[in-house]
Amino acid sequence: MTILEAKGLNKRFGGLVATWGVDLDVQEGEILGLIGPNGAGKTTLFNLLSGALRVDSGVIRFKGQDITGLKPHQIARRGIARTFQSVKIFSKISVLDHVRLGCFFGKPEPRTGTGADGAIDEILEFVGLSSMRDTRGADLILANQKRLEIARALGTRPELLLLDELMAGLNPSEVAEAMALVKRIRDRGVTLLVIEHVMKAIMNICDRIVVLHHGEKIAEGKPEEIAGNQKVIEVYFGETATAVPDQPGRLPPGRQV
Amino acid sequence: MRNPVSMRKTPSRKRRSFIALIVLLALLATVPGYVSSYTVILITNILMYVVLALSWSIFSGPTGYISLASAAFFGTGVYASALLSSDLPLPVVIVIGGIGSFVLAFFVGALTLRLKGMYFTMFTFGLVELVRNSVHWWEVNMTGTVGRLIISADNMTIFYCMVGIFVAVLVVSYLIKRSRFGLALESIGESEEAAAHSGVNVTMVKSVTFAVSAFFMGAAGATMCMRWTYIDPTTAFSIQYSFMPVLMAIFGGMGHLYAPITGATVFSILEELLTTKFPYYYMLIFGLIMLAVILFMPHGLEGVIEKGRKKAMRRSAVGT
Repeated sequence: MTILEAKGLNKRFGGLVATWGVDLDVQEGEILGLIGPNGAGKTTLFNLLSGALRVDSGVIRFKGQDITGLKPHQIARRGIARTFQSVKIFSKISVLDHVRLGCFFGKPEPRTGTGADGAIDEILEFVGLSSMRDTRGADLILANQKRLEIARALGTRPELLLLDELMAGLNPSEVAEAMALVKRIRDRGVTLLVIEHVMKAIMNICDRIVVLHHGEKIAEGKPEEIAGNQKVIEVYFGETATAVPDQPGRLPPGRQV
Repeated sequence: MRNPVSMRKTPSRKRRSFIALIVLLALLATVPGYVSSYTVILITNILMYVVLALSWSIFSGPTGYISLASAAFFGTGVYASALLSSDLPLPVVIVIGGIGSFVLAFFVGALTLRLKGMYFTMFTFGLVELVRNSVHWWEVNMTGTVGRLIISADNMTIFYCMVGIFVAVLVVSYLIKRSRFGLALESIGESEEAAAHSGVNVTMVKSVTFAVSAFFMGAAGATMCMRWTYIDPTTAFSIQYSFMPVLMAIFGGMGHLYAPITGATVFSILEELLTTKFPYYYMLIFGLIMLAVILFMPHGLEGVIEKGRKKAMRRSAVGT
């Protein structure tokens, strides 16, 4: 079932076309990867979906309802949460209160007496920050700040989570942990849309991948299809490069869109 | 220095602040019985500045938006009182003065709180001039006079009204600090974007808080109006009511509730002493003190107090 559907999203900044006619279908329960060279419009697309920017034209539907033009907090309350490319944690606020903020202001849910505290503990346990609940945001290392952003986002009880370059700046073992965390978030029943530059990670965790280039969608498909897609390879490595897969027969040609 | 919600006070500290507050209120309630009327007026003045500084830090403390609009809200209260005090009982006048400022601040806030940093500050500064000049224009062209004569209330009544406003602003500050609303304010001060994407209606939270802080400024203005026999736009909207709360907050600090109270108290006593003892060098000495505070006490009196407290705690921990 489609949880998020975007049709013909256009966004310009003056003369610069940031996204051009982008269509997007996110299926419930999947991990959808969003890749593309720097400046391809990935983060702009996130900003459009989460309401940080207004679309010039196009429609965004979440669970069948039109959410185009809603404010960020309204979209958050409908069940779309996000993290940021450059982490935006609250430096003087404790880990616990980050999650509490999400719980208080996120998607409304019939609250039982002790529900909120239990939910906060569970989320902190889930991302592995239980032992640092009283630490201020600024005092965490980058990997933990990124977990904290996820914890705050999960606090809002999202059905769709947008992760913007979760792996950037992490060391290999932290990347492995982050990959496992993303999969576990999916197993909680949260659909994920992830921007990522770490190819190993994106190929490993995503069910499907969408490729953006100069604001347009140039390919969409399963990871192995994208890896073999001539257009994608050209975009990433230049015109002359050709795909040299180990076993060409096993890689179906990418589906062009 | 902000005080995140989770840095909850320890029970003993909480009890101690509560006792200190009760003692303070008891002193205030009985003070007119055994001091001169000059002292009562002086304390009323101090309380006015405490109210201004506390209500200013309700909004500007957590969000970091430096507002210079206090004089606009204070003056609105003054004029509400000047217009209504002959017909209505004082408490009603005070509430109306507060509501007038609340409404003004809410609309101004909703329109301008998207301005950030210096731009917001300059706008609020301009707002005071705008409101003052509008009132001035109205008085000259419509009323046919510049100033107004006030039938003032007696000093005791004004004093107790000010104590009442002080208690109210203290309670409201405390409740906001402890509530989820306070957490939202803190988060807005840190990152509006992250707060909004966590579901916080940033514009609404900011506008409402700005308006709540303006309510108490208006109430203070409505009360103070009754102490003066004559008002005009220049005295009612004097820019000193904008700058004083900011200076007092720098002087006292903003993290804890006691900080603006201490700051405003010490500051206004200092001002009173300097103007009476050194009428010629008052501004010079004042400026030097302000410079010294900014240079050597970056977190104000509060920073010094908290440092001392931490040191004492460490010493007692080593001792046991």
